[in-house]
Amino acid sequence: MMILSGDRPRSRILNVLLLVIVVALAVTPFVFPGAKAMNVATKICVFAALVASYDLLLGYTGTVSFAHTLFYGIGSYAIAIALYAMGPTWTAVATGIVIGLPLAALLALGIGLFSLRVEAIFFAMITLAVASAFLVLASQLSWLTGGEDGRSFTLPELLRPGTVFISKDWFGVPVNGRTLTYYIVFIASAAMILALLRVVNSPFGRVLQAIRENRFRAEALGFRTVFHLTYANCLAAVVAASAGVLNALWLRYAGPDTSLSFAIMLDILLMVVIGGMGTIYGAIVGAAVFILAQNYLQALMGVASTAAADAGLPVLPGLLHPDRWLLWLGLLFIASVYFFPTGIVGRLRELARKSPR
Amino acid sequence: MTTLETRDLTIRFGGHVAVNKVSCVFRPGELTAIVGPNGAGKTTYFNLISGQLRASEGRVLFDGNDLTDLSAPLRTRAGLGRAFQLTNLFPNLSVEENVRLAVQARSGVHYDMLRPWRTRRDLIARADEILDSVALGNRRDVAATVLSHGDQRKLEVALMMALEPKVFMFDEPTAGMSVDEVPVVLDLIARLKKDTSKIILLVEHKMDVVRSLADRIIVLHNGQLVADGKPEEVIASPIVQEAYLGIAPPRSAA
Repeated sequence: MMILSGDRPRSRILNVLLLVIVVALAVTPFVFPGAKAMNVATKICVFAALVASYDLLLGYTGTVSFAHTLFYGIGSYAIAIALYAMGPTWTAVATGIVIGLPLAALLALGIGLFSLRVEAIFFAMITLAVASAFLVLASQLSWLTGGEDGRSFTLPELLRPGTVFISKDWFGVPVNGRTLTYYIVFIASAAMILALLRVVNSPFGRVLQAIRENRFRAEALGFRTVFHLTYANCLAAVVAASAGVLNALWLRYAGPDTSLSFAIMLDILLMVVIGGMGTIYGAIVGAAVFILAQNYLQALMGVASTAAADAGLPVLPGLLHPDRWLLWLGLLFIASVYFFPTGIVGRLRELARKSPR
Repeated sequence: MTTLETRDLTIRFGGHVAVNKVSCVFRPGELTAIVGPNGAGKTTYFNLISGQLRASEGRVLFDGNDLTDLSAPLRTRAGLGRAFQLTNLFPNLSVEENVRLAVQARSGVHYDMLRPWRTRRDLIARADEILDSVALGNRRDVAATVLSHGDQRKLEVALMMALEPKVFMFDEPTAGMSVDEVPVVLDLIARLKKDTSKIILLVEHKMDVVRSLADRIIVLHNGQLVADGKPEEVIASPIVQEAYLGIAPPRSAA
């Protein structure tokens, strides 16, 4: 990672944390081959890239956008509609990508040039409006998008679970099309995150930070900031759309709830804040922590609740009942934002700065 | 010859005319001090020249080109450099990074997203050189926001120096500086003056500074140009005596 951008994690704990996350994700198909674990791992990969692209906007330029799910959705729907309409061929996959990514970039360009000139709040409102419009469109244009049901599709032969490359005898788990799909998601996400890390550490990326710090001054230095912001917006849109493509490929489905809903937007915001804004690394940590909590907190609480009940403790079994998991998730977020206002990565870097080297 | 000219430059805020038909030509090798009471329109006049404000009427001409319809970044690229009155920095970036960004802008590196910025050692070296020239070399790694007021003023000037402009616009560069910090900035301006291809504009309240540096003084009063000439003549003129010693002027946007 450091080779590509020269921007190190700058904290030993963060180094270890990132290494654990990346290695765990890399070996998931062999160590945790269950369907749930694989789904969680894929979601972490996809969201790490998606959140990193959002961090490019929020963390580096200080632009608040509510349209990120819109681009994510465009990627998802492009691949889903292409594979649904053209059948399970690689040509369809290519068509989905070739239509989806430029469409996302073009839309970001339009929104950017139209609204990034003026005050930030106006941009935020425009993105909110466009995102809502798309959500409505996606659920109304049933002939194209499948409406509320979304579009399910079949993957090309090579990516299907039935395609076994290495039988179960070798690793104890079969290496099949599903494994291949997982690694495509894993490698593509990693590549996008590294590319974003490279961009934020380029001369262009430094200008983005200057705009966040003092846009007026950046203009006075001769930077035409509206173009910088628009390019960043387009880049973030392309990465978000790519993440959408990956997610749809994994789910073999695209629908309003999995790609366009505001719940996803909210998740992205939480992940970027929890991980640490303006760091890119924060996206990986934020996505991992958030999605693990989202998926395993309930089970963990079930165990804790039963244990507390067995021990005969009062109140606690009720408080820890698995049905209360959302309450605890919420409390966890409030606590993490309160105690780590700069996110996990920001906090770890502060600690590393304070401790003598 | 490269000249900067304002022709009937005017801006109105509602009914208030902050700068009123100011016509003036600035030539290379000449340091022009712009004086006048608070609210006379000096900073507004600067903002109209460097593009932070758009004129209601009149034109800004530079080097044979009409800059009136250009945005601030394009005027900067055309060669106008500005140091602001209220310190205007990138507060959470390091001192070196502040200047490095200005050097980067000057070098035309705007959209390069493929190379790590650290590999542009030329930009970093140039930034360090400029920081040394304003005696900030030993503070290069701290965030701009933790600098003392005087050091922030110096950094503000350093940003303009890094742009290597043809026109230097200093807006009260020594305001709020402690006595021992003032000479660094004045020396810098004096050194700049030696390059006779540069146009230097200086808004300044301290009359001793004006007297020691200026080749020419123009006086703004209620948005109008009321005097223009050699320092000793202008300072002695009745209109300046009245503008500085007379009745309190009406308040307006500075």
